[in-house]
Formats: sequence, structure tokens, C-alpha cells
Amino acid sequence: MKEQFTPKIVGFLCNWCSYAGADLAGAAKLKIMPSLTVIRVMCSSRIDPNLVLTTLLLGADGILIAGCHPGDCHYEKGNYYARRRFALLKKVIKTLKIDPERLQLSWVSASEGKRYAEVVNQFTEKIKKLGPNPIQTKPYL
Amino acid sequence: MKRIGVFICHCGINIKGTVDVERLTEELAQYPGVAYIENYIFMCSEPGQKLIRDTIIEHKLDGVVVAACSPTLHETTFQDALEEMNINRHQLEVANIREQCSWVHDDIEEGTRKANLIIKTAVEKLKLNESLTPIFASLTKRVLIIGGGIAGIQAALDIADGGYEVILVEKEPSIGGHMIQLSETFPTLDCSQCIMTPKMVAVNKHKNIKLYANSELESIEGFVGNFKVNIKRKPQYVDPDKCTICDDCTPVCPVVVPSEYDEGMGWRKAIYIPFPQSIPATFTIDTENCLGFNPIACTKCSDACEPDAIDYDKKPEYFEEEIGAVIVATGFDLYSVDNMAEYGYGKYPDVLDGLQFERILSATGPTGGEMYRPSDGKVPKEIVFIQCSGSRDPERHLPYCSRICCMYTLKHAKLYKHKVHDGQPYIFYIDIRSGGKRYEEFVQQAVSEDGIVYFRGKVARIYKEADKMIVHGIDTLTSKKIEIKADMVVLAMGIKPNNSAEKVISNLKLNTDENGFLIEAHPKLRPVESLQSGFYLAGTAQGPKDIPDTVSQASAAAAKVLALLSNDEISHSPIVAIVNEELCSGCGICVSTCPYGARELDEIKKIATVNDVLCEGCGACISVCPSSAAQQKNLTDEQILNMVKIYSYL
Ligand SMILES: Cc1cc2nc3c(=O)[nH]c(=O)nc-3n(C[C@H](O)[C@H](O)[C@H](O)COP(=O)(O)OP(=O)(O)OC[C@H]3O[C@@H](n4cnc5c(N)ncnc54)[C@H](O)[C@@H]3O)c2cc1C
Ligand code: SF4
Ligand code: FES
Repeated sequence: MKEQFTPKIVGFLCNWCSYAGADLAGAAKLKIMPSLTVIRVMCSSRIDPNLVLTTLLLGADGILIAGCHPGDCHYEKGNYYARRRFALLKKVIKTLKIDPERLQLSWVSASEGKRYAEVVNQFTEKIKKLGPNPIQTKPYL
Repeated sequence: MKRIGVFICHCGINIKGTVDVERLTEELAQYPGVAYIENYIFMCSEPGQKLIRDTIIEHKLDGVVVAACSPTLHETTFQDALEEMNINRHQLEVANIREQCSWVHDDIEEGTRKANLIIKTAVEKLKLNESLTPIFASLTKRVLIIGGGIAGIQAALDIADGGYEVILVEKEPSIGGHMIQLSETFPTLDCSQCIMTPKMVAVNKHKNIKLYANSELESIEGFVGNFKVNIKRKPQYVDPDKCTICDDCTPVCPVVVPSEYDEGMGWRKAIYIPFPQSIPATFTIDTENCLGFNPIACTKCSDACEPDAIDYDKKPEYFEEEIGAVIVATGFDLYSVDNMAEYGYGKYPDVLDGLQFERILSATGPTGGEMYRPSDGKVPKEIVFIQCSGSRDPERHLPYCSRICCMYTLKHAKLYKHKVHDGQPYIFYIDIRSGGKRYEEFVQQAVSEDGIVYFRGKVARIYKEADKMIVHGIDTLTSKKIEIKADMVVLAMGIKPNNSAEKVISNLKLNTDENGFLIEAHPKLRPVESLQSGFYLAGTAQGPKDIPDTVSQASAAAAKVLALLSNDEISHSPIVAIVNEELCSGCGICVSTCPYGARELDEIKKIATVNDVLCEGCGACISVCPSSAAQQKNLTDEQILNMVKIYSYL
């Protein structure tokens, strides 16, 4: 059963660095596991806790938030906001009895196509190991 | 419901190779909202675009999804196609099924499945897209430059030559900044005043430059393109229109104080002109030291003044100016030598800082360019220069490298050698940083030709013995103790933001880094702009730099301003934040979150507002809003969640 598990992962990518990094991974034809689908936002700071929690409650198996490296955010400090919020979110998720490892924040610059592919592949592997989001089997949560 | 057309591109075989476009077309034809679906070999080609345009009419579409390459490549192409058919460009969405899908997957099943999801999310987003028009604001084609050092002067001349009016505000009685104090300049050793004064004169003469000297910015309001500023001109007590610069006043003035221009190495009177080439060329009375404000005590200058130019009752004047952009060029000050007690500064008169040594070297300086030391007027035969004084010492002093001290110290040693042929300069250094053009050659030449002795290491202490300063240090390359009996010690002080810049920078609400230097909008790609629209940075106010870099940055800032002013209106992306007035509680969290100052509280309605022109659309305020009152146009929470739903329910 576990063998066939194809996770559903949502990737929130900031427009300026990480989305461009993903484009570069594409242009280099790097092989990326197909479980993650992308939603482009202007900045990692756009991802509010509500969106993350609702996404998990809707049944996503994992969420990747990717933004510019610290100091490189197009809007100067958006990724610092994201980083702080992320630390808190991990704790909140735990109280929902969802493994906080299902949420990942990564920095991917516009030049890091290779890194983008690695981040997505490693995260996908991790989610595969974690198995389906328990929310799907325990609807009372 | 919106009638949406979906156009799937094969991109030759780039997409078609991994995505079954025919099957996809069939599958998605049934998807709610899709009124028409088609696939074509190259959507971006003219026939591809024509297909879109024709279908818009034929099938009465009011929105289009193009499933193709990354939106960074052809989004605007397709938006233009829509606009040609009188459909708002925000009714287009690109589904990236190439970079995000066909190029990174091998398996056609997987590729087709994923492309299906990606297209559906684009359709979902498009369903709720609003038609938007760019935000336009009028533009005042004048610019304010704060600081009349070489940075401010260069930017002012470039912009004025470009045909736009410049308001140049300098806090001191004369423009010129630090460069006018320098003797000769590395690496070419051209005389600083010779290259600086023509520029100062040009500023004075230029019909497009309005100079406010001895003035400061009082207040600013408005936003990019439309600022109103209030400038305070401090009284100089000498009417520049009447003053003939005859200099009959200074000989009669009884008050003698250290000269700022000579860094305290020379003297001036309480009525003075900072230096002979001052621009504007007028005398100023220094109220702190003048006795004449009590007419019983002294009226000597006023009595001597034939044209009757002196008016002790002069009050500050205030001027309103309207401008469209601001360049901040407030420059630097030396890191305070008072922090360097271990090197005997302040205790021993022959321990000088870099700028004081410049004045001694300068032909216009207190010694007329002759090398005498302050304490007894002797010619110093051995001088110790200490680099990195105050720099690169995160524990006690400035953490950063001041970038210019290696080079100016070398210049000092060289110029000293040119004046005292049998003298011996020693330089203590941590590293020699000579990264500029022809800087390394300048270093090599000085070491081989001028007999400068370098010691790698720091000076431990300095004390006085008879008329010598004993300098103790360690050469870390040889581990040998060094002891030099020096006649003079020069501290190559690091530089920091100008002491009087802090107030104006906070007035302008600009961001500074932990050291007080202005922060650029992007460290690599937008180095002369501030994050706040309409503000530009030039010179050492942004970070330590030498003259060539200062001038380059000033010209770059001028180019940015010229580009801005060449528009008749300023347009701005309409993807901005909005506030739902019903939900907003006026808590103000968004106000402190916004990096651009686009958020304000409306005191009457008690709700938060967005200034469309300032908002850059990052979305930071949306995620902090506890009441979900803040939303981003065309990327609302609802839109994002609708997209998430496609991905999550399988
Ligand atoms: C000892 C020494 C030697 C040097 N030698 C060389 C050299 O040989 N070659 C070289 O390339 N570089 C040299 N430099 C560096 C050079 O001096 C600087 O790169 C250059 O002067 C920077 O110009 P600026 O316009 O940024 O700043 P500044 O020259 O500091 O000008 C800033 C101006 O802004 C004004 N100002 C500040 N605050 C306000 C305010 N609130 N309102 C209005 N006006 C304000 C100031 O009064 C000043 O006039 C040397 C520096 C030092 C310290
Ligand atoms: S979206 Fe960003 S720039 Fe616009 S008001 Fe909100 S925080 Fe400020
Ligand atoms: S723009 Fe990339 S994290 Fe802010």
C-alpha cells in the first residue's frame, strides 16, 4: 500500500527567487518528482498561517514554502517575516497532531535550479516516508 | 460565469513530448467554466496569437488561460493579444506546463496528470480575477538632493544638464563636503580642489540648480512624484547680495576659534568664510562664538562693513518646494577619534586623524602644505600610520571595512615622502585592500619607490618619551616586537554615516542598516534606489566608498531620477493590497509590517488604508491581518485556496 502512495504537495514559491529558480531547473531539464505542484505568490511573506493550516486541513500531505535567501528578498524583509511565522506554525501544527515535518521552508535563489530540484525531491521523499496526511483518515480532526 | 478559453501549447515537442495534449483537451473540455479549449503547436507564434484573438470573438470569451511556458517568458505577449481584443490584460492566466511540468518529468502519464492540475488552478484563479487598470499619479518634474558633497554635486549637475530642476540642500555654509578638504587624491594624485572647484562653480551657475546652503530639510510629505518639502535656511547674518567678499570684517573680529575646514589644525574668526573658494561665496557669523549678539559687547564687523551687509537680527527663513523625487547624499564623518584613547589621541598633539593630516598636506592648509608637526613646528622625520583605526573591530569599534583607509594611508605616506625626502613612513596594517582600478599598481609603486615600510599587525600602545611618541606593536608575519620612536602618528580612521544625517533620514522614513548606512532596494540589482519609491541613494551615505565609486553611484542615481522624470505620469502595477472596511478593526499591524510605508491608519474612520502608489504588492500585510480584512487584488485568499483545493483533493 505504502509503495503506491503518491503524495499531494503544495509548493508556495515566491515570484522573484524561487519561482525563477524553478524555471531554471526546468530549463536545465533536471528531473523533479511530480508530486509537488506550484502556486506562485509575490513573496514568501504572503503565505499566512491560515493558508498553511487550511491547506493541511484540506488534505495536502506536505507544504513547501520557498523564498529568497535571507537578505535577498525582493521586498527586503518578507522572508524574515516568513521565517518567524514558520517557526510558530510548526508548533501550531503539532497541536493539530500533524507532523510538523510536513511543512518546510527553504531558500532557493533564482540561480539555484539544481538546489530547487534537490529541495523538491528530498521533501517529496520525506513526505513519502511520512505517509498520507492523517487528516484524510481521521476526518474528525 | 466567466467564459474562459483554454489554449494548450505543444511548444513543438517540448510540451507534447511529455504531456498528452489531445487527452488533456478532452478531459478539460468538461471542466466548469471552460467555454472553449484548443491545442496548437506554438501559441506564442503569430498564428497562435491570432487563434486566441479570433476565438475571443467567435466564442465570446472573457478570459483566457494559455497553458505553455513560464509566465516570465510570454505572459505580456498574451496579455497584449487580449488587450487588442479589448479584454483587460488581467483576464489572462498562464499555466506553466513546460518548466513546471513537461521539462522536469519523463513519464507521459505523470506529465499529463500534472498538467491537468496546473491548468485547472489557472482556471480557478482566473475565475475570480478582476479587471484592473494601472494606477497613475501625476509627477512633479523636480528633484531634491540632500547633501552637497561630491555625490550631491555630481547628481545635481547630471540632472540639471538633463533639463530638470534641482533643489540642492546643504547644511554647511558651503557645498564641497569632505572632498574639498583633501590634498591630492589616490590613485592619480590629482589635486582635489583643482578637480572639485570647477564642479562647485558649475552648480552655482547652473540655471536649473537652486542651492540652499546653510539649510536643512524640516519636513516632507507626499509620495513618489508628489512630495512637498519644507526647507529651513539658518541665518548667516551676512546678506549675500550686499557682501562683496572684501574681507574687511575678519581682521577686526576679536574672536578666534579652531577652523572646521582645517579640522582644528588652523584658526578662523567668528565671522568667516569656510574657505576661499566657498560656494556660495559669502561670510557667515557663527552665533556660538560671536560677541555681537549683544551689541554692547561688540559691533566691530558691522562697523567695518562698508556695504552694510551685516544684520544681527536675521531670523531663519522657511521655503516650501514641490518635488517628485529625492536623492540622499548626506555623506560620511570620520569615526570619532575620541574612541581611540589607546592611541593617545587628544592626549598628544602630534597624534592626528586622517583628515587632519590631509589638511597639513594641503597647499591651502594651515601650514601652506609644508610638513610641520602641531606641537612644536618641527619637521617630523619618522611617522607611524595606523590603518584600520576603528574599522574591522566588531568587539570595540566599527565592524566593517571602511574601504578607503588603506589607500589614503598609502597616499599620505607617499605625499609625506615627497615633502620630506629623508623621512621614514611606517604603516601598520591588517590587510592591504587595493581593489580599485590602478590601486594595486599604486601600492606596488609606492612600496618600491618611496621606501615605505609596512608592518603587518596592530599597535598595542603609544606613550610619550621626551618629544617622541613610542609606538609598540608586533609584526605578526615575523612575530617580532616593534618599537618605533615616532615624531608623529596618523590614525587612519574609519568612516561612518554623517553625524547630522540621522535626523533627516528618519524624517524621510528611510531604512538604514545596523551601522546607520542607507539600505539599497536590492544589494545587487537596485543599488542606488531605496526601497521607498522616489528615494535614491548616492555616495558614502549608502556605504564607505572612494571618489570614483561615489561619482559613479551619483550619476547612476541621477540616471534613475531622469528616467523617472521623463514620464508625464507614473504608472504602477495595480496588483496592490486592499482593505475590506467592514472587517478592518484598525489594529494597525499592517502599518508596522509594510516595508514601504504604504499603510496608514485613517484616524477618522479608524481603519487601515493602502496608498496604491506606494504599495509594491508583496502581500506581507495580508498575511498579518488578524481579521482577514486585508486582501491582495487578483491573489486573494479565496483564489489561493481554490487553487489549493485542486491540488489537495485528488
Ligand atoms: C582622510 C581621507 C582621505 C581621502 N582620500 C581620498 C582619495 O585620495 N581618493 C578618493 O577617491 N577618495 C578619498 N577619500 C574618500 C572621499 O572623501 C569620499 O569618497 C567622498 O568625499 C564622499 O563624498 P560624499 O558626497 O558621499 O560625502 P561628503 O563629502 O561627506 O558630503 C556629504 C555632504 O552632505 C552634507 N550633509 C550631511 N548631512 C546633511 C543634512 N542633514 N542636510 C544637508 N546636508 C547634509 C555634508 O555637510 C556634506 O557637505 C578620502 C577620505 C578621507 C576621510
Ligand atoms: S502588499 Fe506589501 S507593499 Fe502593499 S501595503 Fe501590503 S505590505 Fe505594503
Ligand atoms: S520576494 Fe522572495 S522571499 Fe520575498
